[in-house]
Amino acid sequence: MRDGTIVVAGASLAGLRGAEALRAHGFAGRLILVGDEPHLAYDRPPLSKHVLTGEVAPGATTLPGVGALEAEWRLGVKALGLDRAGRTLLLADGERLAFDRLLIATGARARPWPAPEEARLSGVHTLRSRDDAASLAAGLAARPRRVLILGAGFIGCEAASSIRALGLPVTVVDPEPAPLAQALGSVIGGFVAGRMEAAGVDVRLGARVTHLEGDRAVRRARLADGGTIEADLVVVALGAVRNTGWLAGAGLRADEGGLSSDGACRALDEAGRPDEAIFAAGDVARFPHPLYGHRPVALEHWGNAVAQGAHAARAMLHGADAVGAYAELPAFWSSQFGLNIKSLGLTEGADAVAIVQGSPRAGRFLAVYGRAGRTIAAVSVNAGRWLPAYEGPIRDGAPFPPITGGADQPDPEPVPPGLPSREAA
Amino acid sequence: MRVVVDLNRCQAYAQCCYAAPERFVLQGDEILVYDPAPPASDRAAIDRAVQACPVRAIRVEHDALAERAA
Repeated sequence: MRDGTIVVAGASLAGLRGAEALRAHGFAGRLILVGDEPHLAYDRPPLSKHVLTGEVAPGATTLPGVGALEAEWRLGVKALGLDRAGRTLLLADGERLAFDRLLIATGARARPWPAPEEARLSGVHTLRSRDDAASLAAGLAARPRRVLILGAGFIGCEAASSIRALGLPVTVVDPEPAPLAQALGSVIGGFVAGRMEAAGVDVRLGARVTHLEGDRAVRRARLADGGTIEADLVVVALGAVRNTGWLAGAGLRADEGGLSSDGACRALDEAGRPDEAIFAAGDVARFPHPLYGHRPVALEHWGNAVAQGAHAARAMLHGADAVGAYAELPAFWSSQFGLNIKSLGLTEGADAVAIVQGSPRAGRFLAVYGRAGRTIAAVSVNAGRWLPAYEGPIRDGAPFPPITGGADQPDPEPVPPGLPSREAA
Repeated sequence: MRVVVDLNRCQAYAQCCYAAPERFVLQGDEILVYDPAPPASDRAAIDRAVQACPVRAIRVEHDALAERAA
């Protein structure tokens, strides 16, 4: 397909890179990007890091590519619904956009604090959008007496690191036994916990906040064990839910965990059949990963948004058969507490982890995750140059642990990684 | 000007930090901090940084269309 109309629902990283790929692969027709935020596509990773520390202004994060893209932008307008039979996208301002192909890249939103009246207390923040980051940065500039962060996932930990760098007292509460437990397990997460504590963070693990209290403004959090934490600024960092609510009634297989799609990024209908005109990419897309037994996964990774947006674009123009199954190796990075953490592969389901290069004592190491004797993931901590060597072993499912007899770790000792069960998470 | 660095790809070779020291800084051994919106007057330095990166991780866009659109 070279002509016609392609609509992209979602004007963030996956939508932008998908749209660029459409043009790069020869699409000469009408291209329309719809975004619910008023901003041109911007980069999210700085929002929990250098935007909070004040080193980068929230508005400075607009992504390269927005200027040169030949497209129409509909910004500040939500997609409200999808008429699949009529091939039409319905917008909140009443416009109806007919399309020949639709790319759904509506991403995810911060999971809100479950009690709405408590979430509305002033001083309670989530951190997902550029406006969220600006609002949080303004709250931090007022020098709160203590910042409480609910959740020790990547956003919670990066925010904790940035806010400690501002010299503010920080408490982090998480029900798991270690930070980053869901992604890295409690063995590697335990190392990060030590760095958090060394940086002066009050880390409360195995603890759960049940209520946020205050009169207009938040004053304290109540814990399940009856204790309280006095805090006048709270960051709710409880993960994300996929933006699929607007697809209700469209007949697609979609829920808070994502929009199901196939290896060619085609959205699946309720019967599991691919829709030839509707595609999905980025955080919202739940796709079968060939490296992980075709288990459906939805990845909130920067690199996935870029690569999957481009894969979807090729499939839209050249057809599903021409592109093959999307098989990008999952990868992400995080920086916090002076640690550069990089990851390849998916740790979920790992039954063992081994430090195969460097050591936590030296503050620099590479950990490999295995499942049933096969290598499935690798994580580097301040050792990013060691990581690319593990792409091959992960793709090949090489024996775990992959290297023995190394000079600095001659005899790796695999231990259970301490990943929480999915139910508990 | 808009700049983004693919930090999956970045291997902290720090060549950008030499090419445009006002805009790229390493914190610790390998955490790259950069200015995503450098002024147009830095164009030559930013272009040097893009060219110097051994893993081609830096992307820059110079044109003013986005400013107009925004």
